[in-house]
Amino acid sequence: MLDAKIPEGPLEEKWNYYKSHTKLVNPANRKKIDVIVVGTGLAGSAIAASLGEMGYRVKSFCFQDTARRAHSVAAQGGVNACKNYKNDGDSVFRMFYDTIKGGDFRSREANVYRLAECSANLIDQAVAQGVPFGREYAGYLNNRSFGGVQVSRTFYARGQTGQQLLLGAYQALMRQVHAGHVQLSTRHEMLELVVIDGKARGVIVRDLVTGALERHGAHAVVLATGGFGKIYFLSTLAMGCNGSAIWRAHKKGALIANPSWTQIHPTSLPQSGEYQSKLTLMSESLRNDGRIWVPKKEDDQRPPNQIPEEERDYYLERRYPAFGNLTPRDIASRAAKERIDAGYGIGPLKNAVYLDFSRAIGEQGEDKIREKYGNLFRMYQKITNVNAYTEPMRISPAAHFSMGGLWVDYELMTSIPGLYALGESNFADHGANRLGANSLLQACVDGYFIAPYTMANFLADEIRTGPIDTKHPAFEAAEEQVKAQLRMLENIQGKHPADYFHRNLGRVLYDKCGLSRSAAGLSSAIADIQQLRHDFYKQLYVPRGFAINTELEKAGRVADYLELGELMCHDALTRNESCGAHFREEYQTPDGEAMRNDKDFAFISAWEWQGANNPPLLHKEPLHFEFVTPTVRSYK
Amino acid sequence: MRIRLKIWRQESNETSGRMESYELKDVNEEMSFLEMLDVLNEQLMEKGIRPVEFDHDCREGICGQCGVMINGEPHGPLQHTTTCQLHMRTFRDGAEIYIEPFRADAFPVKCDLKIDRSAFDRIIQSGGFISVDTGQAPEANTTRISVPVAESAFDSAACIGCGACVAACKNASAALFTSAKITHLVKLPQGQTEAQERVLKMVSQMDAEGFGHCTNTEACEAACPQEISVLNIARMNWEYNKAHIMRK
Amino acid sequence: MTQSTLTKKIWMALTGLFLCFFLIIHLLGNLQLLIPGPASQQQFNAYSQLLSGNIIIKIISYILYASIIAHVIYAIIITMQNARSRKVKYKYDKRGNLSKWYSRNMGLLGTILFIFLVIHFRDFWYVYKFGSLPLDEHGHKDLYTLVVTVYSELWYVIVYVLCMVALFYHLIHGFFSAARTLGAYHPKYVRWIKALGWAYCIVICAGFAFIPVYVHFLK
Repeated sequence: MLDAKIPEGPLEEKWNYYKSHTKLVNPANRKKIDVIVVGTGLAGSAIAASLGEMGYRVKSFCFQDTARRAHSVAAQGGVNACKNYKNDGDSVFRMFYDTIKGGDFRSREANVYRLAECSANLIDQAVAQGVPFGREYAGYLNNRSFGGVQVSRTFYARGQTGQQLLLGAYQALMRQVHAGHVQLSTRHEMLELVVIDGKARGVIVRDLVTGALERHGAHAVVLATGGFGKIYFLSTLAMGCNGSAIWRAHKKGALIANPSWTQIHPTSLPQSGEYQSKLTLMSESLRNDGRIWVPKKEDDQRPPNQIPEEERDYYLERRYPAFGNLTPRDIASRAAKERIDAGYGIGPLKNAVYLDFSRAIGEQGEDKIREKYGNLFRMYQKITNVNAYTEPMRISPAAHFSMGGLWVDYELMTSIPGLYALGESNFADHGANRLGANSLLQACVDGYFIAPYTMANFLADEIRTGPIDTKHPAFEAAEEQVKAQLRMLENIQGKHPADYFHRNLGRVLYDKCGLSRSAAGLSSAIADIQQLRHDFYKQLYVPRGFAINTELEKAGRVADYLELGELMCHDALTRNESCGAHFREEYQTPDGEAMRNDKDFAFISAWEWQGANNPPLLHKEPLHFEFVTPTVRSYK
Repeated sequence: MRIRLKIWRQESNETSGRMESYELKDVNEEMSFLEMLDVLNEQLMEKGIRPVEFDHDCREGICGQCGVMINGEPHGPLQHTTTCQLHMRTFRDGAEIYIEPFRADAFPVKCDLKIDRSAFDRIIQSGGFISVDTGQAPEANTTRISVPVAESAFDSAACIGCGACVAACKNASAALFTSAKITHLVKLPQGQTEAQERVLKMVSQMDAEGFGHCTNTEACEAACPQEISVLNIARMNWEYNKAHIMRK
Repeated sequence: MTQSTLTKKIWMALTGLFLCFFLIIHLLGNLQLLIPGPASQQQFNAYSQLLSGNIIIKIISYILYASIIAHVIYAIIITMQNARSRKVKYKYDKRGNLSKWYSRNMGLLGTILFIFLVIHFRDFWYVYKFGSLPLDEHGHKDLYTLVVTVYSELWYVIVYVLCMVALFYHLIHGFFSAARTLGAYHPKYVRWIKALGWAYCIVICAGFAFIPVYVHFLK
């Protein structure tokens, strides 16, 4: 049933072949075609601007007060591209191989190859837009190495690469808004997908200022709504990040693939109290010079500087001598959790490990460290009031990136014709673990260079369709359904606000569907989540009768999380192997490393919604490795 | 710690607002300012009072969505710090804290502390971009840009669009915001082709939105979380004057 | 008014800078009051005569009057428009911490200076032009004696000195503001302009303030 529509031919020819044979829409016909784009992050802004430039009529929506605030803005490190400016042996194939290996061989070869292939164009486009990338003194673009690969292919704009790339895309979008090609609605949240005759034909959105519901019709709908890591409540994501758009599309028939694969980032700031709302990320680059340790003695109460060298356990260096503190994210996070769970965690809540710069400062001098990480140390001090030049930082793992998302084929189309998913909201390119600096790349490439081609292939058949009628019964029904849900949430009038349930859900997921999972834990998590969902519909409190109502927005998102969380557990439970971010305790080597099972689990799990009270239905898309041979990832 | 809050409450754009007093016990000094508001809202809801609406998103100082007047200063008493990065340890036990929305006629209040900053979007729409369609870009390294130029363009591009500059200005001028974008783009060779048209359009849009004149008090720079320099305003003026003299 | 905010600011800057330039000429003339003995009277009166007869000086003086009027009118227009940009005021306002008080009070300082100017014109300019001043021994109108008489009043000297303090603050912000409005953006030149501005304002205001004090106590 699942056809990924991967073009025939050699790996390096597939995308070119596709582009040369795909259907096109004549420029004169494009103005007859409406496209809805939900989300204005890198993927959303890029596709909306690109389609606008080509002459399509685009409607773009975001829940923030302006398009420039989408959470792409917060990405720090950089963006990968195989320009090989450093002459250090980089190539499209090498980047492809690094990415597919980093993803633990759980992604499609053709998709990943295309990602690497289009990466160079992205740098050109961003520079032309005015993105101030880091330069060398001769004026050429500079690169840094990132995430444990052996070449320098990461382009960066200080520690604000995401912000600068997003501003480039945002400005391109604003230009199209001014030109009248894109109609932008900010403070609008998508609450339902409208499907007519099996095709995605529109959305129901709520105006977050007036509270009114609106119908918007189009010939295709693009979801570029980002990841749903916020489902863990405490995460590195923005407060508004949510899974509602993809979840509501899922309930209308779109499959969700590998939802349980969430990257837990190792270097975030630990939780300090019950009231805490988010965990701030500290760039991974800190691990280039910082050493991670915990005391050798359990429950050691001494301040870090009073613990002598021989009583410290540099557990990453101990377990992974080859990569040491630079092991990939999934492994570093898991090792930290292992120590914390064993009772060696530090800090008032015993939930953190030390990241120590004393050796680097001793060897390189404080000035050098300040030059490299000054802004991060300043941020650390702002948040914790601790000077990390004299005392080690406290860090702990935090939910960060969703490798899973809506299932899409090679054309980035979901299982609903006319519905596309771009960027983090789809599952496509990162397998079971995403490499650093690949997320900005994927979002941009999807939006600028892939979807504009692949969507034409679908839209070419829509030029005779004519405008979509929003009076169609499908719109009527969708709006009614949304209205009923909002009314229902407001009318429960229980005693707990949405955050209460969200926090509890997050706790269950961190414990049982986080860094390590077990069949018993996942089964009990499913029961816990079902109970929590039951309580939610009995005890939720939402203030009633206000147009602007943040609590109502949150309640809708938490309602979706309570279903999505259960699906994540089903997904993790059925995958009886350990791969990338997915670590099943039953499937590990004697020394505690992940055991992948290529014989039985070299497939993508795509889930179909079967109604609220039925377990989801699993579809398998087998992964074929024609061009690379899966190997065991070892960082020992 | 214990704090007393005076918060601006206004149900909608059409209604008038007033300051309301609340008290919070058991505030933890490790809390961020917005987490303190979260706790307040939970307590208000328990009492059946409508929670305080405020804008926020990333809570790590980069999205620019948060931003309120705290004790009479934009983003509060700590320099170069957004509201979300401000922590309660900045205040003493028993403190009285005034919280108001950023005020300017160009930033109408939507509800409580939420304001409409779409005027900034329209300024960018009028010309705050380099006109390059997807696919038109030449190879990136064909344009060399020296490190000092790239770095100073970055300094201007770092603006997060929070609106603190407008809130801080006695004239509610948007000169710092507008000039930061003009300067970012004009400093780069790619942005120079459209420099003249851009500055004329953006200044005219800035005026049309109802922002006041810049009288160079430099309060904007002091309030800016990203430390955007007022010299950007000088650069905007320079480009504007040049454009005026050179245009046909 | 279809002029942009920036254009109006340019007029403020140009007229302001012209007035700054005029202050230098004015101070140079006044410095002749410091010459010891009777030579001072002769020189000062002759200089006054020279200025009032010269056609170039006449043209400049009309530009000067126009500048003052334009500066005031633009100030009023800008202030009125700025007042409209924030109709609902802050209930609790500590933005004073963010900028210098005189940069926020140019209108107040300007008003003080305007009142001073009216008095100043009435006392000297009006009397010189339209009043009946006695002639000195060289046949020049004896402005010198008038000045010395006026400055013999202590309260007048105090008011005068205070107004020069107001002038100082108005000038120091006005000078930098004008430079910025005209587009001085390069950090290096901005530093030079800063130094120049301070030197200019100190010399001008100290000079103008010193003269009446000197005259009061020593003449």
